[in-house]
Amino acid sequence: MNLDHWLPGLIVLSSLLPGAVIFLLHEGSHRLRTALNLAGALSKLLLVMVMIWGVFHGHVYETRWALAPGLDLVLRADALSVLFVTLSTVLWLLTTIYAIGYLEGSPHRSRFFGFFSLCVTATVGLALAGNLLTFVIFYEALTLTTYPLVAHRGTPEAIHGARVYLTYTLSGGVLLLLGAVWLSTLAGPPEFVQGGVLSDLPADLHGQLRWIFLLLIAGLGVKAALVPLHGWLPQAMVAPAPVSALLHAVAVVKAGAFGIVRVVYDVYGVAFADRLGLLDGLAAAAAVTILYGSLRALTQDSLKKRLAYSTVSQVSYIALGTAVLGPLATIGGVVHLVHQGLMKITLFFAAGNYAETLGVHKVSEMDGIGRRMPGTTLAFTVGALGMIGVPPIAGFVTKWYLAIGALAAGQGAWVLPVLVASSLLNAAYFLPILYRAWFRAPAGLWPQEPIPATRGETLAALLWPPLTTAALALAAGLFAAAPYSPLEWAQLIARREYGL
Amino acid sequence: MTEAVVWTVALPLGGALVAALAPRHGAQVGVAIGVATLAAAVAVLVQVASGGPLRYAVGGWTPGLGIALHADALAALLLGMANLVALAASVYATAYFTQAAVRERFWSLWLLLWTALNALFLAGDLFNIYVTLELMGLAAVALAALGGQRPAVAAAQRYLVVGMLGSMVYLGGVALVYAAYGTLDLVAVSTRIAPEPAAWTAMALMTVGLLLKAALFPLHFWLPPTHANAPAPVSAALSALVVKAAFYLVLRLWLDLFAPVTTPDSSRLLGVLGAAAVLWGSWQALRAERLKLMAAYSTVAQLGYLFLFFPLFAGLPEGSARAAAFGGAVLLALTHGCAKGALFLAAGVLQRRAGHDRVRDLQGTAQGLPATTFTIALAGVALIGLPPSGAFLGKWQLLTAAIATGQWVWVPVVLAGSLLAAAYVFRVLGHAFGHAPGPGRRVTSVREELPALALALIATLVLGLGAAPLWTLLAASAGSPAFGGAPF
Repeated sequence: MNLDHWLPGLIVLSSLLPGAVIFLLHEGSHRLRTALNLAGALSKLLLVMVMIWGVFHGHVYETRWALAPGLDLVLRADALSVLFVTLSTVLWLLTTIYAIGYLEGSPHRSRFFGFFSLCVTATVGLALAGNLLTFVIFYEALTLTTYPLVAHRGTPEAIHGARVYLTYTLSGGVLLLLGAVWLSTLAGPPEFVQGGVLSDLPADLHGQLRWIFLLLIAGLGVKAALVPLHGWLPQAMVAPAPVSALLHAVAVVKAGAFGIVRVVYDVYGVAFADRLGLLDGLAAAAAVTILYGSLRALTQDSLKKRLAYSTVSQVSYIALGTAVLGPLATIGGVVHLVHQGLMKITLFFAAGNYAETLGVHKVSEMDGIGRRMPGTTLAFTVGALGMIGVPPIAGFVTKWYLAIGALAAGQGAWVLPVLVASSLLNAAYFLPILYRAWFRAPAGLWPQEPIPATRGETLAALLWPPLTTAALALAAGLFAAAPYSPLEWAQLIARREYGL
Repeated sequence: MTEAVVWTVALPLGGALVAALAPRHGAQVGVAIGVATLAAAVAVLVQVASGGPLRYAVGGWTPGLGIALHADALAALLLGMANLVALAASVYATAYFTQAAVRERFWSLWLLLWTALNALFLAGDLFNIYVTLELMGLAAVALAALGGQRPAVAAAQRYLVVGMLGSMVYLGGVALVYAAYGTLDLVAVSTRIAPEPAAWTAMALMTVGLLLKAALFPLHFWLPPTHANAPAPVSAALSALVVKAAFYLVLRLWLDLFAPVTTPDSSRLLGVLGAAAVLWGSWQALRAERLKLMAAYSTVAQLGYLFLFFPLFAGLPEGSARAAAFGGAVLLALTHGCAKGALFLAAGVLQRRAGHDRVRDLQGTAQGLPATTFTIALAGVALIGLPPSGAFLGKWQLLTAAIATGQWVWVPVVLAGSLLAAAYVFRVLGHAFGHAPGPGRRVTSVREELPALALALIATLVLGLGAAPLWTLLAASAGSPAFGGAPF
């Protein structure tokens, strides 16, 4: 009954409780709501820092709560969960600041920030989940808490987008549930254990285990936007910018990818999954998704849709790294959980700034926008170059490890062409935007300009978050070899998964 | 100490008399009695948890002659849930009825229904069950017709006929049991019953009578119009409790009394009807244009889930797997009771504010009532069976049992039912967003909105995260002599 026992639970509660109070606040209590939001985000960050320190010093953090005989809600800190929790906690803080600036003066803010806090609660719970049941619980909770955020604006398009989102994710949830229950009947409720827990099962169950794997990956693949389960993601673009940022970088898509990592490494065990012949299918799905997403991104004029298809493509790097056997590829996949998050959230923050400040929603309207909004466009540039894989930005590190990992696994022959083709396509859909933004002259008046140019390029609350995340994306690449860098954590995770 | 069992019946009965004599003070009497009755029900639950099943002979008559009250874990849990929902609906009712004439007639009938429900959960012999069924049916019909509108009265008339028919068929089974075994006491009959024609016929008659009252597909036809047109607190009680009471009796009779008589085929038949109810009820709920009609069809579907457990019980060996599934069934029933009660109460608030309950026209009203909309969302989570509601754990156990016994046929039914439920719940919730200005207040009417919210929170959080003791409680009552040694 000490702190070690309660810390994971407290981390989850640190956003749940502010969220519950925020629901009760009157629309006008702007200051109290902001204070609660920031207090929650900062206290969560503090608790996570305590946890990182503790994990480093050998503490075992586990909160366990019995739901039914044999079924426990387990929150536990291991290397992988710490990585994801840290990412979502840091980005939540920044997104909260951004959202406060973004939604200033708009209606239904108590509802928005209430669900916003619940959404992060679900994400953090999912990151800390210590068994498959707990993961399923928070995975479904994430679906429920993001629905009101996607529908927030209440326009017919928003309602429609939210409905499409819900149809996909709840169907995926059903598949995941079935897979989880089925697996529990074979092996008991599976705990997440490094190296996997299923390899001792008798060989006559292997056929069932393959079906279960398919169900689990299909259920997770909906949120991870694996083709052909990605259809909801471009539709969900109707959500306000901070929500898109959260959906793409921190919460929903990442939850799917994180789940795939968990199932492959900590339920099946990567070696056992390979022995069952499951990794090739996953790798193929990831490769198809990487290329398909990039191809679709090429033709989108809507900036947010282009970014959405880019997400479809980029998130599958994580699945690809997971599906290629060998520690180097694992490092590439796991580190991309963080890298993609930092870069993509930067891009969405910037896109939100263009829309809020100038009413610019389309790529074709972005001529000369770099002169009007240099800070935002600088951040956007860092994010875009990172996605392409230009060193020394974080995305380069990912692609480097995926490439050498594929070579080490003897799968370079098809992974390298995929990576090269994808990087070329990334360049083909990002570089024209950068060219327009920096080198073309503005076409004339911006579509709308609610914030006059005399007061800086945009609100400070909107400008600083993308600049910060861009700096983090740069630092994650530049100082990849430094202690506590995302890369170092990913190496730690890979060492543990492979028992090196 | 065992007097608490008696108080759960005596208090609402006395209250009904007082309310009939002093109708103007019905609301005060109703709420005061409600609080006291809930306290008694909680006391019963605590006693069963600490000391095992209770048995109380009213007036000290030996079993078989007088009225015997029994409470084991199953009865005590349902009793607790029923009294909680009934109290929430009572508080709600103090603000709901606007016409004085209707309000004054409501309370004595309401407390009579409450008496019948409690007595039914605690009844220890087959004839007493018949009496409580009749009393419950008559009170329910009178309450359903209370508003006096033409559709409500027409539906209530049909409900009356169906209820009487169900009771008569049930009574026929009771007569057969008495003729064959010379007693109606549950414990006594269960020691003597054997698989023979008299027992089979009795089981068939009693089951059909109860299924008619539980509205299991295809005997559900009377339910949607009745539940959709009754006053909101009455709808809540009918959908959450009255049909649940009939289910409880089927469960009790099949697992305790007729356990030696049931066959795998008969259990499978209940499962098939349950599956049809899940699919048909959910589909009709999705098509319903009115919110209360949707809620009523959802009840048809949710009862279907409960009947899916029967073939699973039959397929599982005695032991921890069956106990886990049994706990899942009970948890699902408790969660549905709270969630459906909350949904009907919240629907009543919307209907009152908007003047109608057409789903497609609810947009502005829903946005002006954030607490009620939130209640519908929470209740919806429980109806779909998503975490963290109790229904999620219930469905987890249902799926586990289905897969473990190799009865894969029920799996797609459960999953499809969940998706259909999501479709009908979110069809309503889609109207909670829009351009209407932000609501001025979180809660508009405390007495109407908070009871529903409390029930929804219990269904979605308390029963989902705090249900582990339920299995312990049920295990402690297993094999107890109170009901002839239930298999759990």
